[in-house]
Amino acid sequence: MEKANKNQSRRSFLKVTSLTGGGMMIGISWFANLIPNEAMAHVADNNNWVQLNGFIQITPDNQVKIFNPNPEFGTNVMTSLPMMVNEELEADWSKVIVEMGDYDTPRFKSQFTGGSRAMAMAWMPLRTAGATARLMLMQAAANQWGVPLIELRTEKGEIVHINSGKRLTYGAVATAAAKLPKPEKVALKKPGEFSLLGTPQKNKVGKEILSGQSLFTMDYQVEGMLIAMVIHPPAFGMQLKSLDASEALKMPGIKDVFEFQVYKDGYVKAGFDTRTFNKLIAVVGNSTWEVMNARKKVVAEWEPIQTTKEPVMARGGRRDEMIPAGLESTDEHLRQMHEMQKKPMRVARKDGDPEAAFKNANRVIERTYTAPFLAHNPMEPISCFAHITDEKAFFVAPIQIPEMMKQNIVANLDIKPEQLEMKLARMGGGFGRRAYGHYIVEAGHISKKVKAPVKLIYTREDDMTNGIYRPTYIMTYKAAIDENNNVTALHVIGGGFPESPLHENRFPAGAIDNYLAESWELPTNITIGAYRAPRSNFNASAEQSFLDELAEAVGKDPLDFRIDLLKKAKANPVGKNNDYDASRYIGVLELLKEKSNWGSPATKNAKRGVSAYFCHASYAAHVVDVTMKNGQPYVEKVVTAMDCGFVVNPEGAKNMVEGAVIDGIGNALYGELVLEKGATQQKNLNNYRIIRHREAPKKIEVHFVQNNIDPTGLGEPPFPPVFAAVANALYKAIGKRLYHQPYIKELNKQKA
Amino acid sequence: MAKFQLKINGKQLSVDVDPSTPLLWVLRDHLHLVGTKYGCGAGACGACAVHLNGNALRSCQLPVSAVGTQAITTIEGIAISETEMHPVQKAWLELDVAQCGYCQTGQIMSAVALLKRNPNPSETDIEAAMTGNICRCGTYIRIKAAIQHVAKSSKK
Ligand code: FES
Ligand code: FES
Repeated sequence: MEKANKNQSRRSFLKVTSLTGGGMMIGISWFANLIPNEAMAHVADNNNWVQLNGFIQITPDNQVKIFNPNPEFGTNVMTSLPMMVNEELEADWSKVIVEMGDYDTPRFKSQFTGGSRAMAMAWMPLRTAGATARLMLMQAAANQWGVPLIELRTEKGEIVHINSGKRLTYGAVATAAAKLPKPEKVALKKPGEFSLLGTPQKNKVGKEILSGQSLFTMDYQVEGMLIAMVIHPPAFGMQLKSLDASEALKMPGIKDVFEFQVYKDGYVKAGFDTRTFNKLIAVVGNSTWEVMNARKKVVAEWEPIQTTKEPVMARGGRRDEMIPAGLESTDEHLRQMHEMQKKPMRVARKDGDPEAAFKNANRVIERTYTAPFLAHNPMEPISCFAHITDEKAFFVAPIQIPEMMKQNIVANLDIKPEQLEMKLARMGGGFGRRAYGHYIVEAGHISKKVKAPVKLIYTREDDMTNGIYRPTYIMTYKAAIDENNNVTALHVIGGGFPESPLHENRFPAGAIDNYLAESWELPTNITIGAYRAPRSNFNASAEQSFLDELAEAVGKDPLDFRIDLLKKAKANPVGKNNDYDASRYIGVLELLKEKSNWGSPATKNAKRGVSAYFCHASYAAHVVDVTMKNGQPYVEKVVTAMDCGFVVNPEGAKNMVEGAVIDGIGNALYGELVLEKGATQQKNLNNYRIIRHREAPKKIEVHFVQNNIDPTGLGEPPFPPVFAAVANALYKAIGKRLYHQPYIKELNKQKA
Repeated sequence: MAKFQLKINGKQLSVDVDPSTPLLWVLRDHLHLVGTKYGCGAGACGACAVHLNGNALRSCQLPVSAVGTQAITTIEGIAISETEMHPVQKAWLELDVAQCGYCQTGQIMSAVALLKRNPNPSETDIEAAMTGNICRCGTYIRIKAAIQHVAKSSKK
């Protein structure tokens, strides 16, 4: 039987704060209670918890606690994952306490927030954990009563003897249950038998969030903690040459100013080890404001980098990643990307005879689409708490996939794997940015140097200028149309810095007889990484804008045009490796058609656009209504159809989709990070435009396809198709197709 | 460094800090009132909203030396009692507004101030009052609905 070990039962700062009553912290003790420290963490644990397995603990007085394994950055896993456990456990959900698990991946099987995989990865193990614990509790009660298991049922945290009506709480038998052998096999409920899953449930930590409790890394404080910030080069393509810290060191409250190297020379980076600048300057002091002031006094000289190669061990095996010298700019990127589109490139897929089809075409339509770098700008800027001592390396980290950071932390901080302890704080957003935990290593170096607990804080400017961005991309679509208005061939070329957005096996591949997909990438020294539905977020915008234009060219309704192509792909799929299920794709489009009342605008002056996409194992489609507001286009209403399999928590799921839609509208219209001479031109939220309240739609209707397919992704899939739905509606509203994101910029450029 | 007597959430508190320190960092670093968030430090996001004499204001833009005797209320001070949340917080809970939650304390402070001066705001009033508060997760529709929910229930 697993027993709660010291490490696992150590109370996190989350626990400390939730123990104080969950409500407002007012009164005599409010001040002290808001300083969670590591010593207090031990005291707060009254150790009455009996651990039934890695996910479930119960006290003798029947308090039930369920651990959420996955880091929470706003996708509601703190609620939806424990719901899975409780569906099978059958404790009283309204009284269940949920708690963020610490980094302990062997215990939690997977701790993975990314790729919209939380639901799918947790679906079996979490329900199994609940079912196993329930069976053990029932067995303990059966033993106590001397009755066979079959005579028992469970109800809201109690075991009931069906014939006699006798009852025992889970808590009353928890200790005995924990000593029983773990059952080899348990039966799981089928979707029709669910009572909690599939019902709308409110955020389990809503109160803590809304009362401003200490949940985020930024909030974390312990006795004797220092604040650290890092200074990085003023532009990509630059590096630190020399540092004069003398003036900064004289500033009040400053403890240390020094230069340090994040990763060792020759360190072989794994997939999520992307870091921006390897040599940084740390400024460490007593308080945030003092550090902010002192950093202005740091005198540093910077120099251009040389072209280098950095070893990377990623999915495709070991390779050298080229980091070119030079100060890059958006204008130059665009020029080079357009240039590349004219040349034949690496063929990613070819079906039929596209060359012949283009030769014999009656008409050819060709369009090119581009999109800029984007900064994630999670609302909580990057931060990390570290306290490295001889005994252990303790972190409070906002990190999406902690396990992926382990070898990096261990190797670059010279610690032993068993010394690593990490609490997973609630994250103020992530969107992919917090998959890249170089800041954990940075915080670790700083704590080691100053021999104290340290909270590393990036200012918003640091966060935005020292980012791991969504790459800049280009895509050209070319279609051959015959005299009967049939699309006979499609040619797509995709490329970007430093990766291609192409998904060669996605729709409309499979629906077109003659198809050619080509791909290329060029190196850059701008750091890039996953951004909500990586590659798909651009691929979808180009593909779905082009399909709209194509539908118009052949005189078909854009929604029906898509359905017809999908029907063809379903009946007679062209080529191999088509990565979508045409039936489910048709399903969301048909649901959308019905729910949006397609063909008639919702309000008088609105113009409508449609778009659909498949990624992360889910299908999403939107109809957006655009009106003009103060001379600018405004997305007033959105209707969404989603197929993400079984919907675990419809309330949380709707919120998530609404957020993805608003994020999509914002980025389509306004999002961009422009580079000049290697420096980002946007440095704070006053000129990096994020969609605001008055720009958000008045209404977003979300409809889910009802099925019992195991749940799939939701955080990402609704995001990519928004861009083209907006572009297609804009076309209807202003009579012009837009090809270059952000669309408002292109629109205003055209006007001028 | 200089000593300041501040009236926060109905209590007199003293701090010894550089007079130019923004109220935001006094609250967070020195008074451990971490519900007031840092988002930009440039007055552009509203995460740091507090009330000064009942009006919403960005605490990242207000040096502590400018506070004087004015009463400050932070998210930690708006609840009705230790066990009862403010009606606006309750509406937020009811409509399940939060995603990551980082912006929400600032949103609530702006909403509370709005409803105080305008208990029955129109959609346009809400948009105008809340446009200074960014929600990167995109919860705007729920924020508006929660404000309307409070306005409606206070009319009853
Ligand atoms: S932190 Fe004050 S407005 Fe953003
Ligand atoms: S809920 Fe995440 S920023 Fe608003």
